[in-house]
Amino acid sequence: MAREDVLVTADWAEENLDTPGVVFVEVDEDTSAYDSGHIKGAVKIDWKDDLQDPVRRDFVNQEQFSQLLSERGIANDDTVVLYGGNNNWFAAYAYWYFKLYGHESVKLLDGGRKKWELDARDVVTEVPDRKATEYVAQPLNWDLRAKRDEVEAAIGVKNLIDVRSPDEYAGRLLAPAHLPQEQSQRAGHIPTALSVPWSKAANEDGTFKSEAELRELYVDEAGLDEGKSTIAYCRIGERSSHTWFALRELLGYEDVKNYDGSWTEYGSLVGVPIALGDEPGTK
Amino acid sequence: MSDSCAAPDQDLALPASVDLEKETVLSGTVVNDEGDLVQGAYVRLLDGTGEFTAEVVTGEGGQFRFFAAPGKWTLRALSRYGDATGEIEAARGVNETRLAVSR
Repeated sequence: MAREDVLVTADWAEENLDTPGVVFVEVDEDTSAYDSGHIKGAVKIDWKDDLQDPVRRDFVNQEQFSQLLSERGIANDDTVVLYGGNNNWFAAYAYWYFKLYGHESVKLLDGGRKKWELDARDVVTEVPDRKATEYVAQPLNWDLRAKRDEVEAAIGVKNLIDVRSPDEYAGRLLAPAHLPQEQSQRAGHIPTALSVPWSKAANEDGTFKSEAELRELYVDEAGLDEGKSTIAYCRIGERSSHTWFALRELLGYEDVKNYDGSWTEYGSLVGVPIALGDEPGTK
Repeated sequence: MSDSCAAPDQDLALPASVDLEKETVLSGTVVNDEGDLVQGAYVRLLDGTGEFTAEVVTGEGGQFRFFAAPGKWTLRALSRYGDATGEIEAARGVNETRLAVSR
């Protein structure tokens, strides 16, 4: 898969704001970001209210996803261009959903909201009026999603990539450094997991590094075994969506899954192995 | 707050639940050449080895805040007015820094 099949540049986006069949979607946790200004014509998806099940600890199912996209006026044959804050974590997370539910044409805006703002490109506050559609999602593709038992079975067998910061990996911090640290689950990482912080896959302006740089990062520096399947995880599955995108969509590895339960689930399980410190540890 | 990975509103006062006897807070403001507070600047925290740790976006007051640990840190700000880098030796409690961005 070529880079231009899955990523669009800010210049391309600016030239295609009014192109029929192209829908821009801003995905954020902080919805005030969209309200204060967004790319012209973009619709909003809220990471929590729109993408999580309101009751169960899980994300929206096939029917809920169909309903969401129908309400937003997105059709099955539209090309969806996703972007958002936090270096596109949430947009990459939504991209993963679009792939899980079988959407044909979906791309990320390289650099997301950050590059758009740093370039001082235009934003608007008008909310587009899109006609509702009859969107039909495909059944969830489990080839892209890992569950906890599969992750435990993958210790020492598959590539496990921990994309959190080095301090979270080692167990010195429980959460990213911009959040208070009081939490109850255990610290550390899944034994044998390689530490490749998500941020290493991105440039300072939020764009993805080149495929050559990414391959060097994962294979040459971190020691990812190209002959094995891969599971990526972080704390709650967003940062790891970003790495999942780099590994599967940009580098083209076929069997790459995102473990969205991630550390908040794994680090709370009773009886599973945990490794502390900067080394991957053994099975 | 703890159920997401995103940064909370940077303009809010420090939550009462944060124990400054235990936490090491790195906070401050971003200003431009004219000395005006910069809203929408991207501030990232790099650890002692230069490795990325976290990133926040400044609010109306140009403020940023990180919860880290005592030691050496680098703060890096990107904005449409330019960039800035600051080194800080943090101790427990609140550590204030001002980052002046320029081209």
